[in-house]
Amino acid sequence: MYYVKRIGQSILVFFIALTVTFALYRLLPFGPTDMVKVQLMKESLKQGASPTPQQMASINAMVETYTGIDPTQPWYISYYEYLRDIVLYQDFGRSIFKGRPVFDILFEAMPWSLFISIYGLALGTTVSLLLGALMAYNEGSAFDTGMTVVALVNSTIPYYIVAILSLIVFSFNLEWFPSGGRMDPNTTAGLNLPFIVGVVEHAALPVLSAFIASFGGALAFRGNCIREMGEGYIRVARLRGISQGRIAIRYVGRNALLPIYTNIMVGIASIFGSSIILETIFNYPAMGFVTFNALMNRDYPLIMGAFIIFTILTLIGILIADLTYGVIDPRVSKGGDREAY
Amino acid sequence: MKPTDGADGGEPRPDGGTNNPDGPGPIDEATLFTQLSDVPEPTAAERLSEWFNRHVYAPGVVFFSDWRAVTGAVILTGFLLMGTVGVYVVPEPRVMEGPIFVMPFTNWDYPLGTGVMGKSILGQVVHATPAMLKMIAAGALLSVSLGTVIGTVAGYRGGLSDSILMTVTDVVLTIPGLALVIVLASIYQPEDPFIVGLILGIDNWPRLARTIRSQVLSIREEAFTESSRIMGLSELTILRKDLISNLMPYISVNFANSSRKVIFESVGLYFLSILPFTTLNWGVMMNEAYNGANLTRPEELHWLLIPMVLIILVSLGFILLAQGLDRVFNVRLRARHENASRSETDGGERA
Repeated sequence: MYYVKRIGQSILVFFIALTVTFALYRLLPFGPTDMVKVQLMKESLKQGASPTPQQMASINAMVETYTGIDPTQPWYISYYEYLRDIVLYQDFGRSIFKGRPVFDILFEAMPWSLFISIYGLALGTTVSLLLGALMAYNEGSAFDTGMTVVALVNSTIPYYIVAILSLIVFSFNLEWFPSGGRMDPNTTAGLNLPFIVGVVEHAALPVLSAFIASFGGALAFRGNCIREMGEGYIRVARLRGISQGRIAIRYVGRNALLPIYTNIMVGIASIFGSSIILETIFNYPAMGFVTFNALMNRDYPLIMGAFIIFTILTLIGILIADLTYGVIDPRVSKGGDREAY
Repeated sequence: MKPTDGADGGEPRPDGGTNNPDGPGPIDEATLFTQLSDVPEPTAAERLSEWFNRHVYAPGVVFFSDWRAVTGAVILTGFLLMGTVGVYVVPEPRVMEGPIFVMPFTNWDYPLGTGVMGKSILGQVVHATPAMLKMIAAGALLSVSLGTVIGTVAGYRGGLSDSILMTVTDVVLTIPGLALVIVLASIYQPEDPFIVGLILGIDNWPRLARTIRSQVLSIREEAFTESSRIMGLSELTILRKDLISNLMPYISVNFANSSRKVIFESVGLYFLSILPFTTLNWGVMMNEAYNGANLTRPEELHWLLIPMVLIILVSLGFILLAQGLDRVFNVRLRARHENASRSETDGGERA
């Protein structure tokens, strides 16, 4: 029952998000339609007198090709059509700049983005949880103090600065890693060693930066572990002779993880935004890079499509996190109303 | 506890007053609830000193005993001065005012060196600060006030307003925030730093609203909130006095955190030139340096590194200040100091 409710909620959120985006894109003043229209009007005004009805019609037609929106159509009809195309036909419109369907462009780029961001996020989360636990178990030691400083410093440095610096050091100066692209152009795609090495080499620096971007939970997890270790049931468990490892993982770790959960969720929501910045810096042709180029070319249908895909992926990620959360916290699967998630 | 109506002569009552048999006589039902105790009204001076102790002295002691708070405050004050006074002291940078690629700390006409256009980097840095400050102020204020208001109202009122507000919060929380900000920024091309700040503030508030709501849910069940309600204080007073004052640690910490996020995001977006270049900005400087300098030559790198160092310094300031403020607003800690300041013992606090 909980799962059904949760999935339903995600679908609802998706439609609300879609509507909000559509409204931003379409209904607010000086959105893309108005911008393009004003520009075209100005040009026609320069050439001569006020636009005749035919000229208006041609302007509207040009607006339509530029933004994928017919300005003469009322918004609710275009909203309905947009929704219908996406839900029924997975049709996000056509890219103006590339002249191909938006869905195809994004679908090609998506796996590469997922590859980088999921590796980065998974690595960052795992390592920061492990470090947090280690710090808690060695509370007050030199390791604890040192790692606290490292975690603090990490949170003052934005990930893109790490990206830029690692690019300058490892790629421009030492030339250990390539500075752009996602695979070695001299290799053939497939399951052969040179190709895989090329892919790994190209992904190394972006994954490193994504790893550093998602390396935030260590201090919070440390605090939770320490608090959990002071609880009475841990002492009882020790007295009952339960092994250290089991206490550390099943008792302390599991309970300390619960409050961190929000952070992990928000991490999922933020990776796609940061991928736009990262992939652009590394010239890594995936979702973020495509989106950035679309932004620069004012390719509005592609921007909309990319944003919707980002939202869908985020929702799926959060949904998976939420559904597997029952494994960590058995209370959830009973459908209890959690106060804070 | 002894029943009050059975009180006989001279015996101290548990509430601190005395029943004097020669006095106004036995207490009847009416005076029981209206009679005031004999405790003297504090004079205006006493009240002032009490207020001073509670609101200035005790927080001040905690604040200045914490090196993180002091360091953070010093760093941020430095930036504030740079953005207000510094703009008048340091001349505005001009193209070719000095030689190309002066290394920092070598020529004192250009303390931080120059870039490829011969513009003083110090001048650029200083003249970029006011816009950065405006952006931070707008973004952090928007996200903190929105988060606080939505969180408290949802938590305190509950019911329908709670579920509506939390649905909205969840929607914004699940929309990829930075991606939305980037899309908005590129569609509307904001130029005013305040508006840039507001757009960047959009994706910061839902988390705060969620945390604050869960805090409010537990605070409103506490005894002191309950008693305020029974005393018939207005909802607004309860919200302000009981809830917001207890939430101040979260609010201050989040103010610092969202300021840091606004800096990070704005610099990133200016660096990628997604936001239009209108004013000087550290991100714009980084963009120009990244594209203009030969990045394999160490003697040109300072152009790129100096804005980076500034960003790191500012966010360090905000983080340290947030951690320090966390202690200042920590009610338990402050209460200990307040007592200490009265009994003249040193409340030195090392956690």
